[in-house]
Amino acid sequence: MTSLTLELTAPPTPRIDLAALTPDRLAGRSADAIRRLPLWVGNEEARLGDLFTVTAGDTDDILIRGDSDRLDGIGTGMGHGRIRVEGRAGAYLGRQQRGGTISVSGDTGPFAGSGMTGGSIEIGGNAGDFLGAAIPGERRGMRGGRIQVRGNAGDRVGDHQRRGLILIGGDAGDYCGSRLVAGTIVVLGRTGANLGFAMRRGTLLLTSQPRLPPTFNPNGTQEPGFLALLTRELAGLSGPFAQLQARGIRVHRWLGDLGYGGQGEVLVWT
Amino acid sequence: MFKNGIAIDDTFAEAFGMTAARLIVTAINPRWARIAGETMTGFATSVIGCGAEAGIESELAPEATPDGRPGVSVLLFAMSGKELEKQVERRVGQCVLTCPSTACFSGMEGEKPVPLGKNLRYFGDGFQIAKRIGGRRYWRVPVMDGEFLCEEVTTRTSAVGGGNFLVLARTLPQALDACERAVLAIRRLPRVLLPFPGGIARSGSKVGSKYKALMASTNDAYCPTLRGLVHSSLSEDVGAVLEIVINGLTEADVREATRVGIEAICALGAASGVLRISAGNYGGKLGQFHFHLRELLADQA
Repeated sequence: MTSLTLELTAPPTPRIDLAALTPDRLAGRSADAIRRLPLWVGNEEARLGDLFTVTAGDTDDILIRGDSDRLDGIGTGMGHGRIRVEGRAGAYLGRQQRGGTISVSGDTGPFAGSGMTGGSIEIGGNAGDFLGAAIPGERRGMRGGRIQVRGNAGDRVGDHQRRGLILIGGDAGDYCGSRLVAGTIVVLGRTGANLGFAMRRGTLLLTSQPRLPPTFNPNGTQEPGFLALLTRELAGLSGPFAQLQARGIRVHRWLGDLGYGGQGEVLVWT
Repeated sequence: MFKNGIAIDDTFAEAFGMTAARLIVTAINPRWARIAGETMTGFATSVIGCGAEAGIESELAPEATPDGRPGVSVLLFAMSGKELEKQVERRVGQCVLTCPSTACFSGMEGEKPVPLGKNLRYFGDGFQIAKRIGGRRYWRVPVMDGEFLCEEVTTRTSAVGGGNFLVLARTLPQALDACERAVLAIRRLPRVLLPFPGGIARSGSKVGSKYKALMASTNDAYCPTLRGLVHSSLSEDVGAVLEIVINGLTEADVREATRVGIEAICALGAASGVLRISAGNYGGKLGQFHFHLRELLADQA
């Protein structure tokens, strides 16, 4: 069966909240019913059909063609199925996602994967700030699942992350893994200032030497066995993450943030 | 019925339901993986006295293990899930956690969870780290050679224990030679375990005893030194009897192992000194699985 396709008719000026468009919420709805769905556009309500051309298809497989950085909240709370975005996506992509897959070919705005507990997000371009992080007022960021970014990510990747895996093919900005509670962040490019600031537990896995805050202690060269399991698991993915097995499991290890218990680790492949 | 000059008794082996778990133990090299496997399955011959029947199922190449290191696959059998849980934790905690370079993983998909690293992690005294990879949870427990990596849970499945056959020969060396041959053949099979020392038991037992404290005692009908004193099952020419006990994950596994073992002995012919093959049962009262020797040998023919 073909995908349910939504094509943006004109680039929007205000932001559009697309949280209603998940396989779970659209299940059983006809194309006409979907066209009549109310959407918030800025502070006004509009019908989905006024903004998008809708082509009927499988509601478990939604294709959004738009290339606008104003399409917010795509895949919010999604539990199953697939959403593909051809082009860019706005803020809060996959917010509180529980399952299924979201893929975006272009860049995404801030707070992608915020509060997600399961499923996977694949970002072909760059991710904005606060990838997998907690939104202000919430105490926990990402709590499960996997986020994959081919390009770069902004600042505060995984802020308050509790569980789950974030993979960044390019560079990460400042405060990567700040206030990390647990979980794993892999960065294949470079990282910015204050990596791991206030992290309590969890793992930051890097390929290049970071600039660490002074509250990190060197732990020497280690060979943690779980890296073999992790890289083997990632070998099933596409792109640069599939090649990590070749790097082996020998890493330089730092422990920190010592101001916050020091049970976190920064691993850098030697 | 004779097979290659060796008599096959018209009887059946009686086996009973057990519960089993499979663990994968890996190490820096095959030698240390085997040491860990042998240690954790040492003193695991009979559930009567050891709590579990356990042994190494096979050696695993690095490609066949979760962490890409050489390993062994270990099977543990017990009479109840509770007992199995106790034995898994005790044996992994004492013999794998302590063994240099090892890691321990669940080796099969089963019906019910059995804690593996779930409680052993506390050895880390708060420094242990959990990692969830591919939907499974692992514990990294800091130890003096690095980290002990252990999956949080494994699983157990219903299994069959106590499959057996008896080898009656003219002399002990002849009985032992024949049994060793059978053990070699059976150990090539996956999913089965021969828990007794070297795969062979000399103490066949009967149910009950004249001593109230004992639930089992020597199988007097098959003791050559009691011939003439008790109702013996041995003819004049039998000098020694040895038993091969087989546990398997399914009834079919035990059946196949029994057949392979007996075939290996029969291939030696009557010249080997083996006179008869028989089997142990308690009139069908012990367990629900019956393996009729003549039937299972006929299956193949």
